[in-house]
Amino acid sequence: MKKQIGLFFIVQRSLRQHALSTLITMVSIALGTGLVMAVIAIRTQSVFAFTGGPIGFDAVLGARGSPLQLVLNTVFHLETSPGNIPWAMYQAVESDPRVDLAIPYALGDNYHGFRIVGTTTTLFTEFEYRKGARFQTQGEGRFFDPNRQEAVIGSYAAQKLGLEVGDQFNPYHGLVFDESMRHDEQYVIVGVLEPTNSPSDRVIWIPIEGIYRMEGHVLRGSGEDYVAQPGREIPDAHKEVSAVMLKFRNPQIGFMMDAMINKQGKVATLAWPIGAVMAGLFDKIGWMNQILALVSYLVVLVASGSILASIYNSINERRREFAILRSLGARRRTVFTVIVMEAASIAMLGALIGFIVYSAIFTSASAIVRAQTGIVLDLFQFHSVFVVAPVCVVLLGIMAGIVPAFKAYQTDVATNLTPVS
Amino acid sequence: MALLTITNLEKAYVSPEGLETRIINVPYFEIDEGTQIALRGSSGAGKTTFLNLIAGILQADSGSISLAGEEMTVLSESERDRLRAHHIGYIFQTFNLLAGYTALENVILGMMFGNGVDINFARQLLERVGLGDRMQYRPSQLSVGQQQRVAVARAIANRPRLVLADEPTGNLDYHYANEAISLIREICHENSASLLIVSHDSEVLGQFAEAKDFAQINCV
Repeated sequence: MKKQIGLFFIVQRSLRQHALSTLITMVSIALGTGLVMAVIAIRTQSVFAFTGGPIGFDAVLGARGSPLQLVLNTVFHLETSPGNIPWAMYQAVESDPRVDLAIPYALGDNYHGFRIVGTTTTLFTEFEYRKGARFQTQGEGRFFDPNRQEAVIGSYAAQKLGLEVGDQFNPYHGLVFDESMRHDEQYVIVGVLEPTNSPSDRVIWIPIEGIYRMEGHVLRGSGEDYVAQPGREIPDAHKEVSAVMLKFRNPQIGFMMDAMINKQGKVATLAWPIGAVMAGLFDKIGWMNQILALVSYLVVLVASGSILASIYNSINERRREFAILRSLGARRRTVFTVIVMEAASIAMLGALIGFIVYSAIFTSASAIVRAQTGIVLDLFQFHSVFVVAPVCVVLLGIMAGIVPAFKAYQTDVATNLTPVS
Repeated sequence: MALLTITNLEKAYVSPEGLETRIINVPYFEIDEGTQIALRGSSGAGKTTFLNLIAGILQADSGSISLAGEEMTVLSESERDRLRAHHIGYIFQTFNLLAGYTALENVILGMMFGNGVDINFARQLLERVGLGDRMQYRPSQLSVGQQQRVAVARAIANRPRLVLADEPTGNLDYHYANEAISLIREICHENSASLLIVSHDSEVLGQFAEAKDFAQINCV
């Protein structure tokens, strides 16, 4: 133990003596390690969030088209709507005993880029976005009255828009904000939802009737254009929905409905199971992740090479130092060990600083992911890469130290000590 | 009782031209416990090589070196390193202090590979050589004379039985040279270490009761 302390003493002094090159090498190691950890952790959490995270639904029923577009549009509130389906289709699945929950969504408006989704109060009273977790309003807030021009706003949207209970706003037509597309209707915020760390945090919810009655909205549920009249009930035949969010009583129902709607039917699309649809997306962009991972591995490799280069280059000027240590009784293998420990220490310190780099990259990336999708990535969620990456980096450091260590090992004491008298 | 006994020691170098040049041929030499011996010799006479052989830094071609009862010529390199770490202190002409270490750390280094680190002893030694207020100074912050004293403290730090000094005053002016030799002699005496010093400086050699001509010992 005493001997080990002695070696650490020498290593520490040596790192101190070559502080600048040590620091530069450590920073490059830190960048590589941090990048690897961030890329892998962000990827893992993103894939989980998009394929099995807080979605709460089993399937989405929507217009005939791409299941991926349907899921992105309704679950993650991204992308455009593939079209609408008649209200009758919603009624059919809603009354189907195999279906546990059917919630209609009507899209088409936004407020400063945040989507406005028309729905029913079932979303708040029945739907669990995570097992056992329903939407809750903050403080004195409440859910909207379906017969009034009221809105409930997700926590992230409220924070970004600076809206709170009692505030009024005018929706804008379309899913992309355009100042000239302002509707005359005014809605009042009656509730701000508790954060769910899901895409719903970015949504403004209003009664579905409100979407139908919004100025300029034309309903085509019956195949003919219909504009809602103030004070008059809208016939169901004219109503339409962008999608119906579904939860089945058991997983087998999905197979049956998939066969019925996707394989035999021609009017609608059932995006099921949602996780698999999203996994398909990740499969398609998997090459991008691989490139990112590859780049970060290369950064680590190059950084490890820089350990080798910086120590190797210093060996010549340190030959006298090794000769002095040898003259004091240090063995060849002690000198070898010192150099390997020096390389390992640089790698280890670099890997530790890598956690700061990881935090910085992760925090920046998760802010972007949250702003774009509402999904919150957890900086502190454990991933095996936090152990594997530093261990591999230290092993690479040790390997990088072996070549210069061998050079130091070969140092001849007598010729490197003093002028011969 | 002899601490160091050398018999029929030979060492040759091969020159760049491929010629073998015998540089050491010592039929017999010995140092008793606690004695202090000075060897006089001109540059190139092989004094450093002789000390390096005794220290186990160089391997003899033939002959015997017995130090503290151990036959060095049959030991492996790492065993010689161990023997040197435990029994030998070495003072070099150029001091060979490590630039990145403080005076105290340089002295501690002298203990590290031998009988264990004793920081209090390291401090005591620096106090003893008059550097109690310079312990945290790096070599570049010390005068040449002070560097020499750190080297002396380091040489004695592992409580050696034999201190080898190779032209220890070569880099010092006349006044400091005599002072340095007195210090080395005193400190070896206080720590019961024998001293073998090689020099070509007659002033230095004059301080020793037993000063031998290296040419008489080394029959090349």
